[in-house]
Amino acid sequence: MSPSTLNDLFKNKVVLGGIVSLLLSILSLFVLNNLVFFVVFLVIFIILLLFNFIKITRKLYDTLGSRLMLFVTASIIFLFFLLLIILIQGSLRILSEESLPSLLFSSTWKPFSGEFGLFAVIIDTLIVTAISMLIAVPISLLSAIYIAEYAPKKFKNIVRPFIDVLAGVPSVVFGLCALLVFVPIVRDDIAPFFGSNISSGFSLFTAALILAIMVFPIIISLCLESFNSIPIALKEASLSVGATKWETVKKVIFRASGPGILAAIFLGFGRAFGETIAVSMVIGNQELIPSSLFGPGQTLASLIASNYTEVSSIPILASALIFVALLLFIVVLIFNLLGYLVLRRASKRWKY
Amino acid sequence: MENPKTIQIETKALNVAIHNNQVLKNIDIQIPAKQLTAIIGPSGCGKTTLLKSFNRLLEIQDGIKIEGEIVVDGINIMSSGLNVPDIRKKMGLISQKPYPLPMSIFENVAYGLRIHHDKNQKELAEAVQNCLQEVGLWSEVKDRLHDPASRLSVGQQQRLCLARAIAVQPEVILCDEPTSALDPIAAQQIEKLLLKLKKDFTVILVTHTLRQAKRVADHVIFLYFGKVVEQGTAAEFFNNPKNPETKAYLAGEIS
Repeated sequence: MSPSTLNDLFKNKVVLGGIVSLLLSILSLFVLNNLVFFVVFLVIFIILLLFNFIKITRKLYDTLGSRLMLFVTASIIFLFFLLLIILIQGSLRILSEESLPSLLFSSTWKPFSGEFGLFAVIIDTLIVTAISMLIAVPISLLSAIYIAEYAPKKFKNIVRPFIDVLAGVPSVVFGLCALLVFVPIVRDDIAPFFGSNISSGFSLFTAALILAIMVFPIIISLCLESFNSIPIALKEASLSVGATKWETVKKVIFRASGPGILAAIFLGFGRAFGETIAVSMVIGNQELIPSSLFGPGQTLASLIASNYTEVSSIPILASALIFVALLLFIVVLIFNLLGYLVLRRASKRWKY
Repeated sequence: MENPKTIQIETKALNVAIHNNQVLKNIDIQIPAKQLTAIIGPSGCGKTTLLKSFNRLLEIQDGIKIEGEIVVDGINIMSSGLNVPDIRKKMGLISQKPYPLPMSIFENVAYGLRIHHDKNQKELAEAVQNCLQEVGLWSEVKDRLHDPASRLSVGQQQRLCLARAIAVQPEVILCDEPTSALDPIAAQQIEKLLLKLKKDFTVILVTHTLRQAKRVADHVIFLYFGKVVEQGTAAEFFNNPKNPETKAYLAGEIS
């Protein structure tokens, strides 16, 4: 031990006191033969030791805490890979019996006769998601910008909680409402209006409609978040050159919150793409490409929901459904990565 | 027009309350045209509020109540039925921290021009170049006009904001402590620019540094707790203050 560390050690009064009291207790036991002194000094020693120990445990807690957090985080990341591995392993069986192209590009889905073509379902998924986003994005943007920029403060404060609650309503509630309200409306009014008289109301369009409604609150809420974070001085800068409010909104606010809006759209897309129960309640559950939007269809997610009860009777169906799940997983993954990349580029470009 | 006594902005019994808190009390001031008027006073005395009432920017915030008259070029801009963007176009604003719009350097200057004038691409480019030259930024940015404005340094950004403001040919330039976020050299550049610009524009400068006001102002308005304590020419204000509070402020006794 070098003199300087020794010095440091003795500068610490607790350590010094501890050593002295230990020495004194040994002294009192062996030299003075006095048990009372021995106990007193031993107690002092233990107390000082505890003091020191508390210091150590604080440090220990700090280390343990960060390790624990690391462990928990690592397990979550591990879960991601575990899920991917399970999905890939589960789909191996169907992939060994059917070629990938025939799975993706054949459109006959007849599990009982061993045909697992997903093309129709993939097309339906794309159509439903696209239509729901086409309806949801413009309406949500307009309403978000109204709430953020035009609405009086009172209105803002009243409306905000409603939107947040709407975002948290379980999707089966939306599905049920769609079943009771949208299905008849589509059957009796909307489909005939577009010249399709034989629609049962259970259709791609109905599904897209309810998806749009489920996506509204997510997009509105996230857009509000990013509109509200724009500094007031940026708006002042635009207004002070004589721009009107609408010009400011269109050219400055939309641009400045571009990354936020994109993030909101990506999240909304994820919800619409993966939504299961509400869709399967109103889409008609038929694995075909309908001739019109008002015909029945099936999305990837609702396919799993409406087929999983048959898994025990047709073993290979389980593998086919896992393959569908893998597709969902991969698309959501790709979309998220894409969103992340776009966001990073956009926020560099549109910084203010 | 060259008469220095021309009054550009005049307020009559201007009262402003924010959330029932009286910020400006009975303000009666006159701001001469084509001069640099400094509004000074300790922080929180209502300088910025007064400045923003001139181009009706106050009302975009909640809970603002404005009473009284603000006469610009003989028109009370507080009267109803006026087109507010037209009022604002007359007055460029430079804020404390530069806020370039989220677009390229070129588009920042062209922003107001695109709104108010129907210029073709060539005229637009010329106008942008003129404005950037006017603020001494042209040589620094001419090779990267289409880079995002956020890549400029803070000092450059502030000059860009100035260029954006003068592009729409305002009559007045309102400056809200434009140098407080800048380093001394960039601040000096802005000061020099303001001195140059007062030939063509009426410049109103809110500042909390007395020395800056002394260096650049022709006319001074001293605000203290929402009231105008003293106003007059810079020479008179600094050399021969009449009000005891002004004297105390100049001596650094109140702040």
